[in-house]
Amino acid sequence: MPETLLHIKDLSVRFFTYQGVVRALEEVNLAVLKGEILGLVGETGCGKSVLARSVLRLIADPPGKIWRGEIFFKGENLLKMSSRRLRHIRGNEISMIFQEPMSSLNPVFRVGNQMQEVVMLHRRVGSAAAREICIDMLRQVKMPDPDAVLSKYPHELSGGMRQRAMIAMELSCRPELLIADEPTTALDVTVQAQVLSILEELTRKKDVSVLFISHDLGVIAQLCDRVAVMYAGRTVEVASVWDLFSEPRHPYTRGLIRAIPRVDEEREILAVIPGVVPGLIRPPKGCRFHPRCEAVMHPCDRVTPRLVEVAPGHQVACHLYKESGEEHDADTRH
Amino acid sequence: MPTPVIEVRDLFKYFPIHQGFLGRKVRYLKAVDGVSFKVHKGETLGLVGESGCGKSTVGYLILGLLDPDRGQVFFRGTNITTLKGDALRRVRRNMQVVFQDPQSSLDPRMLIKKTVGSPLEVNRLAKGAEVVTRVKDMLKEVGLREDHVYRYPHEFSGGQRQRIGIARALITRPEFIVFDEPTSALDVSVQAQILNLVGDLQRRHGYAYLFISHDLSVIKHVSRRVAVMYLGKIVETASKETLFKNFRHPYTKALMEALPQPDPKKRHRLGVLQGDVPSPVNVPKGCRFHPRCAESQGLCTRVEPVLMEVEAGHWVACHRCSAS
Amino acid sequence: MKRIRKEREWQIRELMFTIKLLSKNPSAVAGFVIIATMVFIAVGAPYIAPYDPIKISLRERLSPPSPVHIFGTDEMGRDILSRVMHGARISLRIGVLVIAIAGSLGAAIGAVAGYLGKQADNIIMRIMDVILSFPPLVLAMALAAALGPNLNNAILAVAFVMIPKFARMVRGEALAVKEKQFIAAARASGAGSLWIIFHHIIPNCFSSVIILATLLLGETILIAASLSFIGLGAQPPTPEWGAMISVGRKFLMDQWWYPTFPGLFILMTVIGFNILGDALRDIFDPRIRR
Repeated sequence: MPETLLHIKDLSVRFFTYQGVVRALEEVNLAVLKGEILGLVGETGCGKSVLARSVLRLIADPPGKIWRGEIFFKGENLLKMSSRRLRHIRGNEISMIFQEPMSSLNPVFRVGNQMQEVVMLHRRVGSAAAREICIDMLRQVKMPDPDAVLSKYPHELSGGMRQRAMIAMELSCRPELLIADEPTTALDVTVQAQVLSILEELTRKKDVSVLFISHDLGVIAQLCDRVAVMYAGRTVEVASVWDLFSEPRHPYTRGLIRAIPRVDEEREILAVIPGVVPGLIRPPKGCRFHPRCEAVMHPCDRVTPRLVEVAPGHQVACHLYKESGEEHDADTRH
Repeated sequence: MPTPVIEVRDLFKYFPIHQGFLGRKVRYLKAVDGVSFKVHKGETLGLVGESGCGKSTVGYLILGLLDPDRGQVFFRGTNITTLKGDALRRVRRNMQVVFQDPQSSLDPRMLIKKTVGSPLEVNRLAKGAEVVTRVKDMLKEVGLREDHVYRYPHEFSGGQRQRIGIARALITRPEFIVFDEPTSALDVSVQAQILNLVGDLQRRHGYAYLFISHDLSVIKHVSRRVAVMYLGKIVETASKETLFKNFRHPYTKALMEALPQPDPKKRHRLGVLQGDVPSPVNVPKGCRFHPRCAESQGLCTRVEPVLMEVEAGHWVACHRCSAS
Repeated sequence: MKRIRKEREWQIRELMFTIKLLSKNPSAVAGFVIIATMVFIAVGAPYIAPYDPIKISLRERLSPPSPVHIFGTDEMGRDILSRVMHGARISLRIGVLVIAIAGSLGAAIGAVAGYLGKQADNIIMRIMDVILSFPPLVLAMALAAALGPNLNNAILAVAFVMIPKFARMVRGEALAVKEKQFIAAARASGAGSLWIIFHHIIPNCFSSVIILATLLLGETILIAASLSFIGLGAQPPTPEWGAMISVGRKFLMDQWWYPTFPGLFILMTVIGFNILGDALRDIFDPRIRR
């Protein structure tokens, strides 16, 4: 049984804005196991980016606040530790890559400068040794001509190369956990394939666990071991990638999978989830998905369902399911 | 064969890049480098390719938002390439466009009523109360409510804004619509709603669509015929069924293999194409795909292949493919 | 009818939101209070001023502030408080007229330049640059002198000087707005350049124009006062603030109240507009409006 590297427990995050209080995350429970790639999937507004940023306490304090809950990393509570310890962990034990590498890399410094600085800071080596490490990492991400890349500015590299440089930079400090927030969303599909393959290869090789965030179910299916589905600030389903796609239990997951246009199947009309993602200032009472749910029943509009285990390793937050996995009888529905 | 609604012949568009001390034109960005195709009534041509391939530029050229350097655009058999002023305006109401970004495709300071109604007003097709009626009808047809006419864009979600964009495009009852990545910025569930809407409207009214996207699965869902673009040229074109079952061009193969399918049982080592998407400023000599092609031969580095019909309705620009 | 009411309803919503944001910003409130006071004084001057501003009363000349004349009197015995209050009318009128003229002309010029680009942009902006290269006061002086020293000419002169500032700003905004997809959509629907400039470009620059207008109001009043100070603007006996300081300067040492009160009012008005303008700029920042 692999150990738990990251354990997010009952996390609630709120944003205080002029329009009201945005309940961005509500009682989220999630675990990343050692050596696995956990996919976090959901649409706009589901809170996946907020979750990623909360781990490293990157939520801007006004207007955001980590309202409740704990995040344990190797047993230590990240939310309660001193800034000094947190700074040590950031970049060293937990690294993060973002969607738009142009904004994570400083455009006025050469790539080599930035990479070396990070390596020197975290691995405490001199500049020459750092340069060697950087070149080695760039080779590992299959960057052509690593020497030349180090002396270039970020805008001189293509999107795919920038993202690979980011991966190299973040992995050079040998973290145990890598958080990747939509790293390939802005890339062309052939470049995305390159970056995903490198990411998978390197993280397996170095035994780095990955929390991979995306809205693209295709990418998730290709890359991840386990998947967590989020909707409107809550986790609604967690399962191994095989179970999730072959037997999705939550009506939202089912709807999502049916709505994707497929290359391998012929679908005249895409099955649609009616309605839109709710705003999070006054989210629907009870289950946040209930206004759009095809299987809505009595307690759905009053009682929020909790994540329960319906099969080994498969959890769902839905009133349709009781602990053992049986679905509720048809006559208890409307 | 009935006259196609839109025909494009040998379109070229080069953008000069000013370089050098005195700003002399030193190089050209070859955005569109010889593109031809036809779109018939009631059908959708899917134009697929990655960034820099020129697919959006083709759309702009057809609509007259950019002037081609060479080549012609025909609307129902009439050459519209050189039209200007009033004549152009009369043609334009038959060709419309829906853009990608729901954030910037609607004027944030304009009421929906005016945004959707303006094509009627600028073309002097209707005035005053009649405009409002037609706008309301259009909004209902795209799945919105009548009272939405008095709202501003920021009160709507991305999917709803795309519907408004569609309403704006359809209000003059055009015959041809260019969809430029209309769902790329939308969530999956919203994308499904929009794609269904667009398909439904086509079935009911017989519109001809040029559907531009980088997403092969969306292209497969909407198109009858597909054209694959790379660095300004069409490298393969066929009916949808033929292309997806029987593609020939190595770039099409790379696109298919790189597509992550939402089914873990279909995991494959994502076909990794070497190198980056090149810039249209530096188009390789010979076949423009040869530096990244696993199967390139001597001929490929010297001679540019032309589109050849390898089977009925299936054209490929590749030396190796057309040799057989 | 109902249709028009509905449209207004949404526009009023926007306005209420702006006002709500403003009320939470202390400097905005301060600026607003100052300006509101000035406006109140200006509008109410004919009714609430204790004396006729141009009534001469040589017996009381140069009397210091007292319960009878709260700000004292000038060398003709005219009550300074009343003159200052009427001066507010004049200064604010100048400010509003100048900004209205310069704002609308400047915005139109800038929008056309920004949208048309290339040659038109070049020519127009170079002309604007020429005007901008003169120190504003010097240019205003030259124009006012050439046109003839009276208040209306001063207004035209200062407006002329302010036009390029608006033009430049709106041109920059127009360049950005031009690239948005809704402009391409409008062109594709058949809209001509003029229609696009007036229905799309200018409304999108509106908030920047308001902010610039507020900030320039202060400068305008100052320049107008300076023109009057050197005799090119308001002519005596008009109780314009700058003119009052001009004459009052001689009396500074022994009759301090004479130039001081008009000066103070200029100061307060300019500060008020500047603070308000700054606050407006902050709240119109799209990040905060979200």
